[in-house]
Amino acid sequence: MTIPAQPYPLTGRSFKSLEKEYPLNDPLQKAIIDQILQSHCDTPGGLMVILNEIQSRIGFVSQPIQEYVARVLNTPVSAIHGVITFYSFFTTEPRGERILKFCMGTACYVGGTPQLVDKATQLLGVSPGQTTPDGKITVEVCRCVGACSQAPVVVVDEQMYGRIRPSKMPALIRDVLKSCEDASGG
Amino acid sequence: MPLVHSLDELVHLQKKILEDRRADISAHSIEGLGREKFAAPALRADQELDAPRGKEIRVVLRNCNLIDPESLDDYIGEEGYQALATVLSSMSPEEVIEIISKSGLRGRGGACFPTGRKWQLTRNSAGSPKYIICNADEGDPGAFMNRRVLEGDPHSVLEGMAIGAYAIGASRGFVYCRAEYPIAVRTLNLAIQQARAYGLLGENVLNSGFAFDVEVRMGAGAFVCGEETALIASIEGRRGEPRPRPPFPAVTGLWGKPTCINNVETFANVPQIIMTGADWFAGMGTEKSKGTKTFALAGDVNHTGLIEVPLGITLREIVYDVGEGIKKKKELKAIQTGGPMGGCLPASMVDLPVDYESLMAAGSIMGSGGMIVMDEDTCMVDIARFFMEFIQEESCGKCTPCRVGTHSMLEILTRICRGEGVDGDIAKLERLSKLTRTHSLCGLGQGAPNPVDSTLKHFREEYEAHIYRKECPAKVCRELIRYEIIAETCNGCTVCAKNCPIGAIAGERRKLHVIDQETCVRCGICIQTCNFGAILALTGDQTAPVMAQSQDPI
Ligand SMILES: Cc1cc2nc3c(=O)[nH]c(=O)nc-3n(C[C@H](O)[C@H](O)[C@H](O)COP(=O)(O)O)c2cc1C
Ligand code: FES
Repeated sequence: MTIPAQPYPLTGRSFKSLEKEYPLNDPLQKAIIDQILQSHCDTPGGLMVILNEIQSRIGFVSQPIQEYVARVLNTPVSAIHGVITFYSFFTTEPRGERILKFCMGTACYVGGTPQLVDKATQLLGVSPGQTTPDGKITVEVCRCVGACSQAPVVVVDEQMYGRIRPSKMPALIRDVLKSCEDASGG
Repeated sequence: MPLVHSLDELVHLQKKILEDRRADISAHSIEGLGREKFAAPALRADQELDAPRGKEIRVVLRNCNLIDPESLDDYIGEEGYQALATVLSSMSPEEVIEIISKSGLRGRGGACFPTGRKWQLTRNSAGSPKYIICNADEGDPGAFMNRRVLEGDPHSVLEGMAIGAYAIGASRGFVYCRAEYPIAVRTLNLAIQQARAYGLLGENVLNSGFAFDVEVRMGAGAFVCGEETALIASIEGRRGEPRPRPPFPAVTGLWGKPTCINNVETFANVPQIIMTGADWFAGMGTEKSKGTKTFALAGDVNHTGLIEVPLGITLREIVYDVGEGIKKKKELKAIQTGGPMGGCLPASMVDLPVDYESLMAAGSIMGSGGMIVMDEDTCMVDIARFFMEFIQEESCGKCTPCRVGTHSMLEILTRICRGEGVDGDIAKLERLSKLTRTHSLCGLGQGAPNPVDSTLKHFREEYEAHIYRKECPAKVCRELIRYEIIAETCNGCTVCAKNCPIGAIAGERRKLHVIDQETCVRCGICIQTCNFGAILALTGDQTAPVMAQSQDPI
């Protein structure tokens, strides 16, 4: 079957108008996205690979990015939006510098994650799914991260902390905030 | 230039590696500890995987913690890739399938389908190319066996896949790994590169004319993608929604071609079956369930972590010998096996042998190997609600029975946990569970009622306590309990007041503390932090006078 050049009516925005929007208006970010698209656009089933890479390198897949990818791959935005909304790993908004994830897997749930979340909510003033107003920390709850013998587990970016008690939360959050500052300072 | 061209060269290389290692050990005079200097890259390595205890046998995990997962030489030193070389040089695909069938190996991913038969079916299907997929989307909360194998011994999985590919006639393979396992993905990618460089993967594997290459694809956080047809949709770059079977993937799979999907652990067993023989493997386990199984032992046992036991072992042996008993000398209450689609087995069934059939008959499943041990402080209604919440969130929404059924069941369970259960709820749950089980499209919906059914069967009185007496016997459900400080025991250390997240505890140093029941959200932090056991949880009648005046803020 040959694919017509324009299989679906694309009423989406043009490249030009998309390039005015964040993050595509940032040449650095756009270069990353272009590179990802270039290296995977011919891979069969490459959409998942592309979105995964964008998510991990840009940090989110916002509406303009979705439209841009759709344009380049010549697929309807709805197909991409469908994939994005199906998988919980994709986010459409930028998240904080550090991501504080609380494992809500069985072992951790039984091990006391709900109490940890309460404590963090109290300390940071944001509930799961939200980012602190200064854009530093995003609090999330997640599925089992596979370290159940260490329950309850808190994951900061990719680093795991096991056997966290509510009393350890203030110190942990202080460390995370400090590492934010170190990163921006250095 | 690839490094290895034949079985002989591989054996030769192994000898050389072993000699080098011996020389290395004596040079550093580390007495016999040469192998243990390699810790796996995961930071939790030692706590997850200890020396074998009780009846443990290491087959799938034999190399974990012993070899450096980032070194192919280490793997070759342990007879690595010799099974593949043997297969390629002296066996026909039919012979391979014959051996695997004879060994009695059954899928370790949950469906327990005989692996030999699956390979035969895929081999017999018309259509080419064929694909082989390794299912590493270990989504069950509480399970991490596959991750550990991928991080600790990635080559054994690749070797198993290559043998499988040869048997079914595939030349491309995919490993579908969940996004939560970045280290596993990294280790695997490195392993694939190394294997290519050695000529163990690629256009001409071991100079035999057999071509096989593997690619890692990452999931993005959807549990249902562990289901084989959903997994295929996800690799194809679509929403991971399952489709009705038949046609099975063995006939119409990835891009419409015959595809064989097996679990990580299934593949990791294959090289050793080839090397040691089908009879050796069939010698372990029971009549119908052969070999060993890895479990992620978690929950309230003294020794949590990864274990590998011969099938047919009893739960008692796992909990008390391998797991070394229940924490804090409490009572065993239940054992949950099989992940969210599994069931809870009560302490009275602790002598049940762990094999596919026995677990199924008891209302649970083997699943991919999560095993959570729960002590007396666990509320079974809450556990059922927890699993239902998981399934309801992960239900992809494609078929109505699963989407609506899980939602309705969750609603009822939540109500019961809140103390708003009414007469007839149990009957409703039973009816919904039957409908969801029989009408759902994929294994997710079909298995969703398991936690509810099994807890209803074995712990019905707890449901009744929640519904009719508004009491949570395990003192877990927040709306049904109340915390109280015992005046005689409290010495006023202020720890509870400091730790209370909402400041509901008042009291001065060295004076009796009091919990303000109006503000208390019953998070239970105080009871955990009190070093003197001065805080008491009350439920049911005991809370009645207070329940009346404090309508709960949550
Ligand atoms: C909802 C659902 C989730 C599943 N998750 C997994 C999984 O995480 N890992 C896995 O190997 N199999 C999983 N399976 C089973 C697969 O569909 C399939 O049976 C299995 O990968 C086949 O491999 P095996 O023959 O080696 O067991 C799941 C099935 C269902 C219905
Ligand atoms: S349940 Fe938290 S790591 Fe598994």
